[in-house]
Amino acid sequence: MLQAFGSLITQLLHVALILAVAPVLVGVVRWLKARLMGRRGPHLLQPWRDILKLLRKRPVMAETASVVSQATPYLALGATALAAALIPSFAQGMLLAPLADLVLIGGLLALARVCLALNGHDAGTPFGGMGAAREMTFAVFAEPALLVCVMVLAVLAGGSNLDAIAATLREGAVGLRISLLFAALSLIAVMLAENARIPVDNPATHLELTMVHEAMLLEASGRHLAVWEMQAALKLTLWFALLAAIFIPFGTAPAGGGPLAWGIGLALWIVKMGVLALGLAFFESAIAKMRVFRVPDFLGGALLLAVLAAALIFFSMGLA
Amino acid sequence: MLTLLGLAFLALLVLAVLGGTGRAPRIAFLGCAVAMGAMGLVGASALLGGEVPPTPLPFGPPWAPALVAVDALSAWFLLILALVGVPASLFAAASSPPPRAEGAAFPLFLAGMAAALVAADGFSMLLGFEVMSLASWGLIAARHPRGPGRRTAGLYLGFALFSGLCLIAGFALLAPAGLGFAAIRATPPEGWQAGAVLVFVLLGAGSKAGLVPFHVWLPRAHPAAATPVSALMSGAMVKVALYVMLRMLLDLAGPAQPLWWGLPLVAVGGATALLGALRANLEQDIKAALACSTLENMGLMAVGLGLALLFRGADLRPLAALALAAVLLHALNHAGFKALLFLCAGAVVGLAGSRDPDRLGGLIHRMPWVAGCAMFGAASAAALPPFSGFASEWLLLQSLIQGFRVAEMSVQLVAAAALAVTGMAVGLAAAAMVRFVGLVFLGRPRTPMAAGAQDATGLMRASLLIPAVASALLAVLAAPMLSLAGGAIQVLLGPNARPAVAGFDLALGELGTRYAPWAVAGLLALAVTILVFAVRRRSKLEAVHAPAWDCGFMAPPPHLPFGDPLSQVSAAGLGQPIRRSLGGVALVIHERHGAAAPGSAQPATLRVTAEDRGVAQLLRPLARARRRLSREAEGLRNLTLRAYLGIAFGTLLGLLSLVAWLERG
Repeated sequence: MLQAFGSLITQLLHVALILAVAPVLVGVVRWLKARLMGRRGPHLLQPWRDILKLLRKRPVMAETASVVSQATPYLALGATALAAALIPSFAQGMLLAPLADLVLIGGLLALARVCLALNGHDAGTPFGGMGAAREMTFAVFAEPALLVCVMVLAVLAGGSNLDAIAATLREGAVGLRISLLFAALSLIAVMLAENARIPVDNPATHLELTMVHEAMLLEASGRHLAVWEMQAALKLTLWFALLAAIFIPFGTAPAGGGPLAWGIGLALWIVKMGVLALGLAFFESAIAKMRVFRVPDFLGGALLLAVLAAALIFFSMGLA
Repeated sequence: MLTLLGLAFLALLVLAVLGGTGRAPRIAFLGCAVAMGAMGLVGASALLGGEVPPTPLPFGPPWAPALVAVDALSAWFLLILALVGVPASLFAAASSPPPRAEGAAFPLFLAGMAAALVAADGFSMLLGFEVMSLASWGLIAARHPRGPGRRTAGLYLGFALFSGLCLIAGFALLAPAGLGFAAIRATPPEGWQAGAVLVFVLLGAGSKAGLVPFHVWLPRAHPAAATPVSALMSGAMVKVALYVMLRMLLDLAGPAQPLWWGLPLVAVGGATALLGALRANLEQDIKAALACSTLENMGLMAVGLGLALLFRGADLRPLAALALAAVLLHALNHAGFKALLFLCAGAVVGLAGSRDPDRLGGLIHRMPWVAGCAMFGAASAAALPPFSGFASEWLLLQSLIQGFRVAEMSVQLVAAAALAVTGMAVGLAAAAMVRFVGLVFLGRPRTPMAAGAQDATGLMRASLLIPAVASALLAVLAAPMLSLAGGAIQVLLGPNARPAVAGFDLALGELGTRYAPWAVAGLLALAVTILVFAVRRRSKLEAVHAPAWDCGFMAPPPHLPFGDPLSQVSAAGLGQPIRRSLGGVALVIHERHGAAAPGSAQPATLRVTAEDRGVAQLLRPLARARRRLSREAEGLRNLTLRAYLGIAFGTLLGLLSLVAWLERG
């Protein structure tokens, strides 16, 4: 009973935390990048302020747009929020942990991606369609890489449930493995593509021809744009949380832990997210954006790394 | 139940005669819908325990009576047939009256498929299979008295004959003791005969199911027929081929077959899935794109079937049951959403006047019902949770992931590679569905026809809603449906096999990995509702419509009332990133650049032609070989009498020695 109550509380706290943190995380990455480039950078809460400002504005839709433009933002954010609710942050054994299957999380992200692409098509403008075509093409390479990484993790944990995988890796019985390193690199590449970061896409660009993510949002305004901004922020947070949960699972509060363990877990989680944000900011500052038709090579490399990780882990299983 | 089954067959034969007269076509097609409903009822009752044991009929081939049985496996596929057959028949009733030959062949096509499913001996099964093939050839040929459509029908007939011949050879090897299924099960094939059965079934049923490299006919033949027939061919006929594979490879060939039996199926299935999904992104015809998506799904099912054989050979029964559950559930889900998508495409072709996506667009404003149904079907086909396609593809992906449990490293690597290929195919399928919906239903209309289209009404709307509602139910109730398929899995894997179900969830044994479609659907609905309320509390202003911002492009001139067509993405443009990055895998692509001379005002041109590798590397050489053969045969006309006599005697001698060799043992 107490256990069930604890799992419910952690689940609710987790959802509230991740929704509140998401725009702040975007602000942190922007601020770090600005500092690395020698600028002062915007306030950390600027993304939140933008979202609240957009919510007050009247949405203006294209004449050719349909109900799809009005419905997809909510569906995409709902799917992303559900996926984010499944990924542990400060505590394990949350209420929805039995549902936290990595294939399902991939599916929910695909649902959000399809909503975004349909939104790009809806107004019938050239940039929206172009962005949608590119986004779906990148996913063709990102999805198999993600799935093969899931297979590598499933070999270690026995199944693809994220909570079980995180628990297995946290106990440290797996040890350091070269295949885990390859899987991590592959997942980081997928993360960069999924979140439209450099070198795949530039989140700060205003040059339409190079855009992918922004191109699909050109006709969104007001609350629709606010919801899309929130969705993008939440997706970045979700991927950071996913990488942290799998590859740096240390210090997460166990399933039945009390408020003290949760507090430690929360502090450590914030540190992990900060480290990942710093890493992303360094990486983005150090590297240039790729041509669009080089991206399949980049993601194909990620897929090859994942397959290599799988081959190595099968080899070590054969030795054991 | 046997009576109901017999009545349904009888009704279909009577309806074929009625359809042949060309009178009351509407009543004939409504009758087909009722007969299909009866078939579905027979299937459902058999799944709930009312199986029909093998029953001899009062007629049949000279050596033995024909046998009919409805076990759980047949029943499951009867359900699939009904799921496609009922809405397709209703759609046919709602369409304009077809040519008389089509009215006669349509009920025969349905009867042939049902006969192949309920037969309990090799002869009747092949008879049903051939009736199905010939009737569907007739349905294509009836629409195309001449021209490229007629050539497509000829190509289809060629492949149908080939698959029939291979299946006859397969049964000949399986049945030394008799053609009844019970007799075949009693003497399973061994050694080289078992291998030859595998090859013949792969060639025969595989070419009917559109597996690589015998896929060439499918994207041409399926869209060439009338819409309800396309839906039946893509939704049900390929499933009959799948049924034949399941029946012959897993049931009749006995449980003792080796592990490697699965490998060719996994390889061929992966290739088919990738190729089909890739081509679905490049077709310039909405019905052909849907037919290519059928290739993709058949490929996924073949991968699942191969995995089931692999796991069974490695003595991992629960995982074999998991893979089989994926195959059976995906066959059902695919029947639902593919029937839905084809009928939606048919409604678009009929009401907006084109199947070229570059002549459609913006139909969601004019045809909200069709657009809604199509989007629902597309979400299922793109394997998005919580829609129906995701549940079965989740099972398939999980069984691929569990491939590491086979102790041999080569099999593990095959599973990892198949997982990567399957993941790519799933991603490509999602891209193809976005392309389909985006080009046809979203954006601006590209022609006046599309701008003035009317929505589907009455019976046509009902025929779209039936598969849509069925898909919705299948999405949420995937686990109860799958537990109904438990009997079918036991037919194939023995009485101890259990489907991967725990209550209302799909679950992998004790591994803790599960997918709860009802919970995901409920949580998603909850999240979206909360979001809408939270956002609308802070943001109360209603949205207004204004000219598209379009990065500040100027408004189109008045003679272009739907905007500049050049500033909206086209079908080829939308497929271009995928063609550039992956197209060469499946297609031979020729790009010809025509650069204008310096200083001239001529525009530069880019012509892209793409051809399937199957056409270039299978059909062309075959056609060349046929031509050479006919030339050689022509040469036989000019021989001397002595040479003719020599040929006749030589043949006689050869046949005699063959008889002597056969009688030796």
